[in-house]
Amino acid sequence: MAIGLHNSQVTNPVLRWVDQRLPVITMIQKEYGTFPTPRNFNYFWNFGALAMINLVIMIATGIFLAMHYQPNTAMAFESVEHIMRDVNFGWLIRYVHMNGASMFFIVVYTHIFRGLYYGSYKAPRELLWMLGVVIFLLMMATAFMGYVLPWGQMSLWGAVVITNLFSAFPVVGDFIVTLLWGGFSVDNPTLNRFFALHYLMPFMIVGVVFLHVAALHITGSNNPLGVEPKGPQDTIPFHPYYTIKDTVGIVVYLMVFAALVFFSPNYLGHPDNYIPANPLSTPAHIVPEWYFLPYYAILRAVPDKLGGVILMFSSILVWLALPWLDTSKVRSMNFRPVARIFFLLWCVSFGVLMYCGGKPVEEPFVTVSRIATAYYFAYFLVILPLLGRFERPMPLPESISRAVLGMKAMGGGPLPAGAAAKPMEKA
Amino acid sequence: MADMATQPSAPPAGAPQATKRDFLTLTATAFAAVGVGAIVWPFIASMNPARDVLALSSTEVDLTPIATGMAVTVMWRGKPVFVRNRTAEEIATARAVPVSELRDPQTDQSRVQRDNWLVMVGVCTHLGCVPLGQRPTDVRGDFSGWFCPCHGSHYDGSGRIRKGPAPANLAVPQYTFLTPTQIRIG
Repeated sequence: MAIGLHNSQVTNPVLRWVDQRLPVITMIQKEYGTFPTPRNFNYFWNFGALAMINLVIMIATGIFLAMHYQPNTAMAFESVEHIMRDVNFGWLIRYVHMNGASMFFIVVYTHIFRGLYYGSYKAPRELLWMLGVVIFLLMMATAFMGYVLPWGQMSLWGAVVITNLFSAFPVVGDFIVTLLWGGFSVDNPTLNRFFALHYLMPFMIVGVVFLHVAALHITGSNNPLGVEPKGPQDTIPFHPYYTIKDTVGIVVYLMVFAALVFFSPNYLGHPDNYIPANPLSTPAHIVPEWYFLPYYAILRAVPDKLGGVILMFSSILVWLALPWLDTSKVRSMNFRPVARIFFLLWCVSFGVLMYCGGKPVEEPFVTVSRIATAYYFAYFLVILPLLGRFERPMPLPESISRAVLGMKAMGGGPLPAGAAAKPMEKA
Repeated sequence: MADMATQPSAPPAGAPQATKRDFLTLTATAFAAVGVGAIVWPFIASMNPARDVLALSSTEVDLTPIATGMAVTVMWRGKPVFVRNRTAEEIATARAVPVSELRDPQTDQSRVQRDNWLVMVGVCTHLGCVPLGQRPTDVRGDFSGWFCPCHGSHYDGSGRIRKGPAPANLAVPQYTFLTPTQIRIG
């Protein structure tokens, strides 16, 4: 990199002065203005931007809630009720934060689904995908600790169950659990540190999101065809085309969000969490929030304590190896007729696990959970590695522009050879 | 914005004219501003006093134990309130001061409801310290009233600023006599 003032293209003299010394305006223009983006995104490509918006909403509402919340077992529950009843608009801020967690998982699960279906994890985007898995793990930890803070019955017993997971590890288990608790049970020290960490982790997420986006802007986006752009005819500038497309998605997302907050704010929660925490009595039916149910079902599907814990953690850690487990060169499932069926079955197994995780541990849910768990792992560890060898994918389009504009723009029929060849400048 | 000129709907040069694009830009910006305002409003409002804080905004004081020449300090809205049972001499001194000499001109009569009872918020109007002068052993300043040790403001026997950096007299809160020996502040 050359030393010296940046050769800024900005015309406004004040902005130019700044941009020469710290080229942020040039950067924004490059990364969000003219950034060449595949021209064929569908609405699944909204969900990265939506997740970013959701993170901002969570941090903003969270900071204002923290101004009124007391991280102390004697006061936590009442301080949440204080927020709901006394603080101006406290009910609104808390309901947005509470349902924002659910919205965040809806958005991120859709984002992950998009990545899995369209093969966004494949070379050269392996690290981009792995950073995404790290974000998801941080999100899960943040959501779990946030759920403990209201100090209701589900908060306490959720915290007891989840922290006890670590006791499954031989030798160090008990030591780890005592360390997590800061005592001999989930109590005030636990609540206090969970609050501190719940405030910290979103900012760690911001950091990894920055890396995620930085990596994205090196490789460029994947697209529904899974074919890399071959030249300028395959891309359009990010602004205004995708800023406006993202805005449409944001409006729909906010409508769903608002419907949840204003019409059924407690629909996705548990009534038991409006009972103050009682260390002497466990609720009869204890389940995590909906977004953790699939992993909870995997945990309960295994009759062995340590085995269940390991399988549960592996169910997400296996995603880290996905870029190498999927041996097919074809990214988009649109061109993989066999893999597409197995993948949709995997989605079904995820849904089945989510359903079984919310049910009591009895037949038929145990057997169903076991079958779904087996398929969940088989998809990653057996089916994808083998399919890469045995599946015959459908022919890929020559290029994005050819596939998108092809028939329509040229008045039907295949492109004349010359017309297709001419704009094919290599970028 | 440079490419605006190349838009087919742009006005011909030299004939400035509102275009449909201008209208759309302005309305979109206006709606965005309203939206941002609507979002910011609850966040800012949440930082204002909550209902439990407002519910605790009045304090009752029993005046019977306060002998002539004595003062008590009570807590009201998290701040000290000075209640002083003034002697006849103190009242006479305070009323002898010509109002024109004062930085914040107020008569002593306008600062009390009953001549001997002086009720004031005990917060210096300079930068918020609590002035001395409530206890008999305190330094009471050059005007036998209150003295703020932080930056040296002197208040007289009516709590009016006489010397030092403070801009105004000690504030008189809203209060009412419930009975001749009991007041409610706030």
